[in-house]
Amino acid sequence: MLKLNNVTAGYGSTTILHGISLEVNEGEIVTIVGGNGAGKSTTLRTISSLIKIADGSIEFEGEDITKIPAHKIVERGITMVPEARQLFPEMTVLENLQMGSFTKVARPHYKEKLDEVLTLFPRVAERLSQGAQSLSGGEQQMVAIARGMMACPRLMLFDEPSLGLAPIVVSQVFDVVKKIAASGTTVLIVEQNVFQTLQIADRGYVIENGEIGMSGPAQELMGNDHIRKAYLGI
Amino acid sequence: MAGGSKPPPLNQRSNWHGVLLAMDLIFTNLVNGLMLGALYAIVSVGLTLVFGIIKVINFAHGEFLMVAMFLVFFATAYFGVHPYVTLVVVLPLIFGLGMLVQRVLIEPLQDSDEHIMIFATVGLSIAMINLMLMLFGPDIYSTPSSGLRTVVDMGPAMFLTGQLNILIAAIALVGGIHLFLTRTQLGRAIRATGQNRAAAQLMGINVSWVYMVTFGIGVSCVGLAAVLIAPLYPTSPEVGQYFVLLSFVVVVMGGLGSISGALLAAMIIGIVDAFAGFYLGANVKDLVVFGIFLLVLIFRPQGLFGGARNMSHVS
Ligand SMILES: Nc1ncnc2c1ncn2[C@@H]1O[C@H](COP(=O)(O)OP(=O)(O)OP(=O)(O)O)[C@@H](O)[C@H]1O
Ligand SMILES: [Mg+2]
Repeated sequence: MLKLNNVTAGYGSTTILHGISLEVNEGEIVTIVGGNGAGKSTTLRTISSLIKIADGSIEFEGEDITKIPAHKIVERGITMVPEARQLFPEMTVLENLQMGSFTKVARPHYKEKLDEVLTLFPRVAERLSQGAQSLSGGEQQMVAIARGMMACPRLMLFDEPSLGLAPIVVSQVFDVVKKIAASGTTVLIVEQNVFQTLQIADRGYVIENGEIGMSGPAQELMGNDHIRKAYLGI
Repeated sequence: MAGGSKPPPLNQRSNWHGVLLAMDLIFTNLVNGLMLGALYAIVSVGLTLVFGIIKVINFAHGEFLMVAMFLVFFATAYFGVHPYVTLVVVLPLIFGLGMLVQRVLIEPLQDSDEHIMIFATVGLSIAMINLMLMLFGPDIYSTPSSGLRTVVDMGPAMFLTGQLNILIAAIALVGGIHLFLTRTQLGRAIRATGQNRAAAQLMGINVSWVYMVTFGIGVSCVGLAAVLIAPLYPTSPEVGQYFVLLSFVVVVMGGLGSISGALLAAMIIGIVDAFAGFYLGANVKDLVVFGIFLLVLIFRPQGLFGGARNMSHVS
């Protein structure tokens, strides 16, 4: 479904990703594991086209999307739930959700999608007219995920959705990601909670200094010595 | 005054008369202030919109007003129509010019240092003034007043029909922009882009287009202002500076980027301007206006009406 071939990218003149290759198949949950500053967010931003590719290519559903601008990537069916939620702070929760279905692909499905996300997140439903800024961190994350779902994505990218949340809320977030995957959306997720993520993931990639170090089925990675030491702290 | 009763002493009579006269003057100044404020509001709303969404201080805002006033002058002369009718030519032209400036000047610099952007718009302002000086010289061009300088005498207050139209237009413009930003898909996209550019892109918003439209709308406000004031004030290459200086004061006082704040601040500045101008004279007037401005900067740097905005979400 999604294929990165030797992707090189960075910020200005600094190269962060040095030839990343990875693949996500339809229906999978794939995770990218790596230390702080390894380039996980940069990888997701490159896929969403927020960052321009310096070299290499990206394919989605068999088509080359390397040079497609960010707003067109969403129309193609890739939506990112970014790091640190990134809600529209001075808009209400409902307006944030409306922005989620901005594309002409998603707009006709607005009503049914809204029903769907409000059923999935009853707490969001109670706060529709509240300003996004006034929500708790957990609520903001739920809105960010709901907003991402409003775009009717076939592939959802999650960048550390559990960051800074209480343990109960963290497991709620993982439940939601599982539900989204179960409903047929493919998931590529970056997480600090490596253990929990590997438990729900099918496959994983380990990224170190902007390069893929290791990859394989999630079960295998969980059993790997290096990963146990470096990321699971066991 | 029958019988031997004396008429009231002269000084007492003149006091009453004086009070009435003073009331009339206060009322007249108030009305004039509101109408002046309405003009500042129209100009400031465009300035604050561009700042709030694109994060650019458009120092050439006044020059768009000046160019638009020249357009009004020539369109009126060429087609022989009422100045207000030229709106149908002036608005699209100014809107297009604004989009062009955003696309070729602002956008390429958007990710560079914000000081560069100041140089860019100041440079644009100087370039526009000099271009117009080259083309039309420092002369004054008077658009026909077409009856807009007719005095309306409403008992205590007197004003021009053209001024009343400015007040009506200001209310319609602010209301219209508010509805546009909150009720339409494009308006919401504009607000979203202003609040978080990267997140807006992730929603599928073409932010580069949104910026162009926003800049176009911002300068269209002075396009509207130009049509309203050209019949009342003479046009010259420097006219923009005159009107826009106070608009920067208004925008900062209203809270950068706040449209309702700009409206209120514009009315305050308009009224202060009118009263100070009348009672203290033209020279002291600016001292008062800018004195108030400095006080606001010192005690409420976020503006009179701007809340403590949390910009940490904005990337
Ligand atoms: N906007 C930016 N401009 C310049 N450099 C950046 C920018 N964002 C990230 N970087 C740099 O790119 C590198 C990779 O950052 P990235 O955000 O991809 O890391 P990450 O793997 O997501 O880390 P974390 O777990 O801390 O989120 C870091 O060295 C970081 O300093
Ligand atoms: Mg990150």
